[in-house]
Amino acid sequence: MTELAWISNAISTARPQAMGALLRYFRDLDAAEEAFQDACLRALKNWPKNGPPRDPAAWLIFVGRNSGIDAVRKRSKQAPLPEEDQISDLEDAESDIAERLDGAHYRDDILRLLFICCHPDLPATQQIAVALRIVSGITVKQIARAFLVGESAMEQRITRAKARIADAGVPFETPGAVERSERLAAVAAMVYLIFNEGYSTNSGEAPARAPLCEEAIRLARLLLRLFQTEPEIMGLTALLLLQHARAPARFDDSGEIVLLEDQDRSLWSRKMIDEGLALVDKALRHQKPGPYQVQAAIAALHARAAKPEDTDWTEIDLLYSLLEQMQPSPVITLNRAVAVAKVRGPEAALAMIEPLGERLSGYFHFFGLKGGLLMQLGRGEEARVAFDRAIALANTAAEAAHIRMHIDRLIKDGAAKATAKTAR
Amino acid sequence: MLYAILCYASEDVVCSWSKEQDEEVMANLLNVQEKYAQAGRLGPVARLLPTTAATTLRKVKGEAVVIDGPFAETKEQFLGFYTLECADLDEAVEFARELSEVNPSGGSYEIRPVSVFNPSKAAA
Repeated sequence: MTELAWISNAISTARPQAMGALLRYFRDLDAAEEAFQDACLRALKNWPKNGPPRDPAAWLIFVGRNSGIDAVRKRSKQAPLPEEDQISDLEDAESDIAERLDGAHYRDDILRLLFICCHPDLPATQQIAVALRIVSGITVKQIARAFLVGESAMEQRITRAKARIADAGVPFETPGAVERSERLAAVAAMVYLIFNEGYSTNSGEAPARAPLCEEAIRLARLLLRLFQTEPEIMGLTALLLLQHARAPARFDDSGEIVLLEDQDRSLWSRKMIDEGLALVDKALRHQKPGPYQVQAAIAALHARAAKPEDTDWTEIDLLYSLLEQMQPSPVITLNRAVAVAKVRGPEAALAMIEPLGERLSGYFHFFGLKGGLLMQLGRGEEARVAFDRAIALANTAAEAAHIRMHIDRLIKDGAAKATAKTAR
Repeated sequence: MLYAILCYASEDVVCSWSKEQDEEVMANLLNVQEKYAQAGRLGPVARLLPTTAATTLRKVKGEAVVIDGPFAETKEQFLGFYTLECADLDEAVEFARELSEVNPSGGSYEIRPVSVFNPSKAAA
């Protein structure tokens, strides 16, 4: 690894911690960002010369804080602080600040930094964009690319979101236990959103959006290191790892989506699956189930099946029914119906999803599954109607292409039957 | 004498490597091991999953209690180990030096002579 790569790595690793602490000092997002930028510039100058500091985060906080104070003083035309060359070499000062900023403090700093990004006034996409910009330090250009919008549009979006955050006021007092767990839940939901934004992707867009999944995993790991005994955070991290492990098999050579059943499982990342499974096992020992753990347990059952036919659909059906109780939602029932179709057949599954028709009347997957079930039951005409509806609702070209395939099969089967009839 | 070379480094740093960076480091480390393996001196080698995936069993008042962790209170975590047959400490130090040269994590290698070694037949 080159020296520059090492430095940029150290900086991005230290970023959430440093930004969180600087935000606490300056109580202003822009001031904290400015101070952090300044500290990074100084790091790029200083680290190659003096070697990497023992604790990059403490160094950046120390230098960033001084440069922030310096900036305030300059504005009031006072004497500047000494150069960072002089201050940063003082091992004492560095270890002193490292100690003072230790442990629990850091934890609440990072949590606060993430928490202000998921302000309920902000729409989900803005929450994600702001978190990626502020916490992860991803450039506006990269974020814009991931969201498939222009750079200036994204810049505006982030600026607006930041202004809203500033207006809302940042909660600086140390959170109590209840508040901390509420913040953690909000932040976990945002990390999940970031992942989904990267995961639900159109053909051809996967390479641009995959970094969102990786960033979400990085943030989940960060949360897990801060809250090592939270089974839901274990579940979240496991869920993301198990889903992302399939990434290399999710698209074919022409960029079309490959369904779970048809994926080449040898392409799945063994390393991510192992870590995900270890985390699921660990979480379940706590016997404090939650939605992320249940979803991770479902993903784990898929990951554990060497072949699609080895999948434990009975257990998946049970887990989905548990998830239904925790978070009643027609989409979860729809997912459960897939498992039910495998265990009890298409008729039972169809009976399960029929009542959802009204609430899911604009949902592609509802009609896709309905069509599929009807097709299995040999009700071709009705299947065709459902598939036509699905195509009209498809979000991506790949989804539409997939349904098209089913329709083609129906037409072919229909033609074959007609031919057979005529022959008779 | 068989030596264990225990790797300690900051998990935060190592986990932040991109897939490409990680693969590059692993390839370089494998390169270092290669000549020792060829000479038949390299024993089992292991890289561990992050401490967040770890569980600890501890005896509390005579009772075995399973808890999460170990908690990363320290800056560096135990991330993996090598075992190597060495004539003397110098050889073990030399091996660790070679590893550290291609390892950008800036951690440390603890060199410990092995007292009891029981190679199992379990596949990795």
